[in-house]
Amino acid sequence: MSSPAVSATHGAFDGASHDGHDHHHDDGSKTLLGFWIYLMSDCLIFSGLFAAFAVLGNSTAGGPTAKELFELPYVLGETMLLLISSVTFGMAMLNMHAGKKGGVVAWLAVTFLFGAGFIGMEVYEFAKLVHEGAGPSHSAFLSSYFTLVGTHGLHVTCGLIWLVVMMDQIRRFGLTDATQRRLSCLSLFWHFLDIVWICVFTFVYLRGAI
Amino acid sequence: MSGNHHSHDAHHGADHADHGTTKSYIVGFVLSVALTLASFGVVMSGKVPHDLMMPGVIVFGVAQLIVQLKYFLHMGLSPAQRSNFAIMLFTLLILAIVVVGSLWVIHNMNANMMHPTSQMVPVE
Amino acid sequence: MFGKLTLDAIPFHEPIVMGTLVAVILGGLATLALVTKFRLWGYLWKEWFTSVDHKKIGIMYIIVALVMLLRGFSDAIMMRAQQAMAAGESAGYLPPHHFDQVFTAHGVIMIFFVAMPFITGLMNMVVPLQIGARDVAYPFLNSLSFWLFMSGVVLVMVSLFVGDFAATGWLAYPPLSGIKYSPTVGVDYYIWSLQLSGLGTTLSGINFIVTIMKMRAPGMTLMKMPVFTWTALVTNILIVAAFPILTVTLALLTADRYLDMHFFTNELGGNAMMYVNMIWIWGHPEVYILILPCFGAYSEIVATFSKKPLFGYKSMVYATSCIGVLSFVVWLHHFFTMGSGASVNAFFGITTMIISVPTGAKLFNWLFTMYRGRVEFNVPMLWTVGFMVTFVIGGVTGVLMAVPGADFVLHNSVFLIAHFHNVIIGGVVFGVFAAINYWFPKAFGFRLNEFWGKASFWCWLVGFWMAFAPLYVLGLKGMTRRMNHYANPDWQPFLIVAALGAAVIAVGILCTLIQFYVSVRDRKKLTDPSGDPWGGRTLEWAISSPAPFYNFAIVPQIKELDQFWEDKQNGVAYVQPAKYEDIHMPRNTGVGVVMGAFGTVLGFALVWHIWWMAALGLVGMVAAFIVRAYDRDIDYWVPAAEVEKIERSRHAQLKQFQTTQVAPVAAPQRQKVA
Repeated sequence: MSSPAVSATHGAFDGASHDGHDHHHDDGSKTLLGFWIYLMSDCLIFSGLFAAFAVLGNSTAGGPTAKELFELPYVLGETMLLLISSVTFGMAMLNMHAGKKGGVVAWLAVTFLFGAGFIGMEVYEFAKLVHEGAGPSHSAFLSSYFTLVGTHGLHVTCGLIWLVVMMDQIRRFGLTDATQRRLSCLSLFWHFLDIVWICVFTFVYLRGAI
Repeated sequence: MSGNHHSHDAHHGADHADHGTTKSYIVGFVLSVALTLASFGVVMSGKVPHDLMMPGVIVFGVAQLIVQLKYFLHMGLSPAQRSNFAIMLFTLLILAIVVVGSLWVIHNMNANMMHPTSQMVPVE
Repeated sequence: MFGKLTLDAIPFHEPIVMGTLVAVILGGLATLALVTKFRLWGYLWKEWFTSVDHKKIGIMYIIVALVMLLRGFSDAIMMRAQQAMAAGESAGYLPPHHFDQVFTAHGVIMIFFVAMPFITGLMNMVVPLQIGARDVAYPFLNSLSFWLFMSGVVLVMVSLFVGDFAATGWLAYPPLSGIKYSPTVGVDYYIWSLQLSGLGTTLSGINFIVTIMKMRAPGMTLMKMPVFTWTALVTNILIVAAFPILTVTLALLTADRYLDMHFFTNELGGNAMMYVNMIWIWGHPEVYILILPCFGAYSEIVATFSKKPLFGYKSMVYATSCIGVLSFVVWLHHFFTMGSGASVNAFFGITTMIISVPTGAKLFNWLFTMYRGRVEFNVPMLWTVGFMVTFVIGGVTGVLMAVPGADFVLHNSVFLIAHFHNVIIGGVVFGVFAAINYWFPKAFGFRLNEFWGKASFWCWLVGFWMAFAPLYVLGLKGMTRRMNHYANPDWQPFLIVAALGAAVIAVGILCTLIQFYVSVRDRKKLTDPSGDPWGGRTLEWAISSPAPFYNFAIVPQIKELDQFWEDKQNGVAYVQPAKYEDIHMPRNTGVGVVMGAFGTVLGFALVWHIWWMAALGLVGMVAAFIVRAYDRDIDYWVPAAEVEKIERSRHAQLKQFQTTQVAPVAAPQRQKVA
């Protein structure tokens, strides 16, 4: 994220005179490739969690089953929040490419609200389950459910913190190469979490309800 | 990929590669919402035969994955995107090995080693 | 306030541990005193700890690995001594709980804190030099990776003196490693040290993939990349693909232990076999992560000392890539006996046999490289030949166990122990020593002493076979692994021989230490003024020894596979450019050290359930990272004049060396080497 690689604005030196030859100079493509690889490794973390859920999802140990617990309309609501936050992030990126600093910060703020709404809904859902006596220590199914969905939620929470940092950095430094690069990474991260969520609602909630 | 194309690549990757337009984001959003509603509808409407539910949900889910990859992550087959795409394919291969392999191995283990009637119950 | 931590956590009643503690404290104090006396703190901090130079980070990895090798090896000596004694009436000197910790610590340390840092260190040292780059893609991340790894090391070492270590075997299978059967903090130390260092490993994996994909010198297409870099690329891909699985597996075990979840418990639907399944999905690629860079090092060494291009470069690349993919579909051979049935076992048995084919192809490549070459038997080459002989036998016993039926007899026997030590010592350890002897001049500017290097090699080779050949026999006789006592007196003679073998290896390690000492003492005599002491083929030998901090004053243009060799043949290897340019370099930073320190605090606090301290550690790590994101003074330019000064003195030295040599450097096949 905060790659140490170099920004194009290097102090006293005139960037243009160096750009021609210095192929070690980070033009953003290195960072984006590295971040993409990181996302793929994160994807494999989720693959482990999905594998655990797939194997243990039916081990309810006599406790509540997915069908009894999950409320699909609520999940649909969560999904919509995430989807909207994705498109608002897209708007922020379009503003970034257009060089509109204010627009970027505004759309990021909107994205933050929807992301926070998603997290709020998820926390409420978890609290309700625990309250109903269906906490993570009740069965292997619930352990794997809470861990899988919770890990996604944890990622979204990290994304929210990152959003705040980026809003502050853009306000402070403007749309420099470094902030643009980081925002592009965050954009990948945010949309990636959307993709994970699609798998979550398909294989956890909908499959559970069938 | 090769050294002498760096700056060239990079410019395509960072600046000229499609980072979408308002229209493409809206199209992606509408498609995603539609596919999400379709997925939930398959299960919630009660009008789809039970045997078709899971296949239906998976088809809509995969379709939405592709939509999001294309419209939000701007995944494509352009030269600048090719290495990202290859990395993703490799990841999908490993992902499939992990999930399918685990299911296969544990399913066989359960079939062979677990007493057929034993539902795991709390041991007190 | 201090969670589970009380004074009772320090094992005062265990004389061995306390003796070690005293020795460590005295040794530590002596080191600190010396560093203070010679006013080295500033130097260490400025030049090493905060360095983002891949060469220095590589050297630090290897130094830590050597230290940890001593720790892991003392565990080995303790086990061999116990098993040599504890037959029949005698109980030996280690109580079972202590013995269990020793074999667990031995495995964990040797894999995660010896073999891994050796490999990571070598890749750090060599890869950017081989591809003509000035650093890795993310120099700060590289430093962070190292310090995260260090926090894992610190936790493992602390576990020796505060609390205990896991007594579960190196992979900590549940339900034994669950909270019910391992209520002490041992498994928690295991978990957090691996999670911290594993995070570092994953980050450095990403770093190296991007470095190799994006920072190769102009003209160096993938098929013109040196073999070591190829193996490093595949290894890092495996790291990034496999380590997340380890992370998630350990996280689920953590959830079981800390949050009362039921992934791998006996109750409430948990499935311990799922842990075994998942950890081996990581575990099998892991062994290839370790061995592939060693294969790369052997390839470079064989070609260099046979004075021939590597035989079958392309097949080497394809074999490496095949191994990379196949390593993900063989994991079940670690638990054939768990009961997945004939079809599953057959599939994984066959894939295991298939994966030995590309490895076999590599061996033939090395042999054909040597065939009719002018083979020079110096230290790196000796390790290489020793490897070829040893590794083949280890490989053959591996293929033997790939037959599920045979594995049912040999599973968890000391035959298995002999097999994997055969491939890991014969492959990885030999490879690392070969590589250290080979690339040492590039790191420090002088060669290592030949005599002590050869002595070390012969001790290792003989000691290895003395220590492990008896275990093959005992395994066939039915001795299982991890026994702290056995009733059958017939086994004892074999185990005594094995213990003697370990003692011979100890002499080998001692020889290595003497080798370092003697070489440093005689560094003037062993100096490498040309930068190319062996008549090398790849780019790292084109620059001075030790390499200048910016590596390459002028980024080389690549047209051939062994470009530097070609340049030497054509007499254009050391042409001084007309003009130098400013060089762009990353600035040193202490953020990696700070994050590693907070990581250690976090890990320690989590082990002992000191929640406020854990929060402190986590917030500290995140805050340090965010602060770093606000730092905009992260790079600088080296003025062309300074580069020119350094390069001019290098060329002057080179010229002086060339005139004193009988044969010019341009024709290194006739150059006399040590």
